[in-house]
Amino acid sequence: MDIGTLIRDIFLDYTLRTVVLGSVILGITSGVLGCFALLRRQSMLGDALSHAALPGICIAFLLAGENKSPFVLLMGAAAAAWIGAIIITVITRSTRIKEDAAMGVVLVSFFGFGYVILSLLQSSAGAGQAGLDKYLFGRASSMLQSDVETMVLLSAISLGLVVAFFKEFKLLAFNPEYLRTIGFSFRRIDILLTTLIVISIVIGLQTVGVVLMSAMLTAPAAAARQWTNKLSHMIVIAAGIGAVSGALGAVISASAQRVPTGPTIVIALTLITLFSLAFGSARGLVWTLVRTSRTRSAIQHHTLAVPDIEPVSGGD
Amino acid sequence: MDSALTIILICSLVAVSGALLGPFLLLRRMSLMTDAISHSILFGIVIGFLLFNTLDSLPMILAASAIGILTVVLTEMLFKTGLVREDAAIGMVFPALFSIGVIIISRFLSNVHIDIDTALVGEVIWAPFDTIPFLGGEVARGLVITGAIALVNLAFVGVFYKELKLVTFDSALASSLGFWSGGLTFALMTLVSVTAVGAFDAVGAVLLVGFMIVPAAAAYLLTERLSVMIGLSLVIGVLGCVIGYYAALAIDTSISGMMVTVLGVIFALVLIFAPQRGLLAGMLRRRRQQWEFAARLLVIHVLNHEGQPNEGDELALATVNQHLNWSPAYAEQIVQRARQRGWLDVASGRLLALTPDGRQIARETLA
Repeated sequence: MDIGTLIRDIFLDYTLRTVVLGSVILGITSGVLGCFALLRRQSMLGDALSHAALPGICIAFLLAGENKSPFVLLMGAAAAAWIGAIIITVITRSTRIKEDAAMGVVLVSFFGFGYVILSLLQSSAGAGQAGLDKYLFGRASSMLQSDVETMVLLSAISLGLVVAFFKEFKLLAFNPEYLRTIGFSFRRIDILLTTLIVISIVIGLQTVGVVLMSAMLTAPAAAARQWTNKLSHMIVIAAGIGAVSGALGAVISASAQRVPTGPTIVIALTLITLFSLAFGSARGLVWTLVRTSRTRSAIQHHTLAVPDIEPVSGGD
Repeated sequence: MDSALTIILICSLVAVSGALLGPFLLLRRMSLMTDAISHSILFGIVIGFLLFNTLDSLPMILAASAIGILTVVLTEMLFKTGLVREDAAIGMVFPALFSIGVIIISRFLSNVHIDIDTALVGEVIWAPFDTIPFLGGEVARGLVITGAIALVNLAFVGVFYKELKLVTFDSALASSLGFWSGGLTFALMTLVSVTAVGAFDAVGAVLLVGFMIVPAAAAYLLTERLSVMIGLSLVIGVLGCVIGYYAALAIDTSISGMMVTVLGVIFALVLIFAPQRGLLAGMLRRRRQQWEFAARLLVIHVLNHEGQPNEGDELALATVNQHLNWSPAYAEQIVQRARQRGWLDVASGRLLALTPDGRQIARETLA
């Protein structure tokens, strides 16, 4: 496929347009929210909660009756992921189990339970055809216009809330004690941010699936971090990186044969992240190396220039 | 061999490995590494398959384990750059490796039987029918593999128990005594990888992660001793296998999924009811401390006002609550408690009076 056809297809071809749009929306949303998760050292929360969403999808499928619209299933996913987040908080706050193990316990128990229901559904109701398994690994190519509309709506809500609560989230990430002292409820802001992360996971389930969601939340933020030291810039850059990798992944997988979209997006994202780690203008490894070697040689020159301070033996 | 027994045995052997390694991972805050490894070995299995053209051989297991170790090494390298934190490093490395695996499968190996779905969750129900000749008989292949892996793990933890304990609880001391803690960590992660690959085929990645994390976390709430923690993890893991198997059979669903679900339920029960560290115990303890605090406040109040001109108001059973800013009902409960403990008496005229014990408590508290 040459570039001209490709560009024309993005605007005219229904499937490609849907997939590209969906992936770009996911990239933007998870890029923005991932910044806060990264700064709060909660990058693996995305992984835990996306696994925890599975039983919610299955239960929603069971209860939904005739109306098995993606929106209903995604609300089920959100509810389960949210409960998972609450349980993680309860475990870490009231026992000595650390966050990583709490996430692990919730991740695997919820996922196991979800799989129990999923296999019940598969043996009885033919849920395979209903596309339940597409949430496991994501099947962007089967996205419909209505899926994308749902995603746009959810994304607009969560980005709007990020703008509205930007100052609070910023404090939560950098100085939660101060947030508390000036009278905000730490818990409420924390829950709001977690809820938004859950929404971004829900958006991602259909596109990249459960397993790859952690990369969508982590990598754009980690890449953006290397280009700037300012949160607002970091968020915009992360959104941009998320969007570009989403679009790249969708287009590449559409133009090559038998290349799944989700993993392609993640590979694109990983390459951009590696580039940022090396060349990021704020902290990139290459610039650090250059700076270090310059300083080193400067010190060497200075050392040579300084006259020998030791008194020369046998002098006057 | 009976197929129910075979399945339970295979899963129990994975539970043994999980109980041996899981506590160390939990205490060193590396629990999520198991999750990462269990995903990225998909790439390893693909590489192993491309190299050796089979899904079940020792070289295959070693090749796949190497990718598990690569995950750990890459995560560590990324973390060492100082540009990302450890959690972010984990969150980036394994999805990348997993993605490469998925792309290779769907592009080049779509005619080979590697079902990503099954690989992740696993279906142990087929394990009894996949047998190999072993010691003159036919034994399920999964049993031989998971058994061998459990033995290796047992040998490792048995031989290096003291060293592992030292590195886990005081890595600074371990380093200063000259132990190569990096090497021990590396060995631990290698064993996690080998266990993951071995279990991958028999029981699936999710069950493995379940056995590595959940029993250890539950045991951590029940004991203060590492050896007991390992033992309890083992008991919980095997319990999960047995209950999970029959529960899955009863409602005809995924065995691996059900076993993990049972482990989750056991964890939830422990979380709520653990004698000292459970949620309920914590609530009761806080409640008791509240009572204790209020009762002490009350005896101090009595000490301050006894014999004073206004004691008729301050210490009257009917009005004392106003002076302490308590509701009448709450004040009544506290008075009751203080009386039960022998700190207070109700003297003539319905006034509160201190017993000798109560006087001492009040003085001690004030001192």
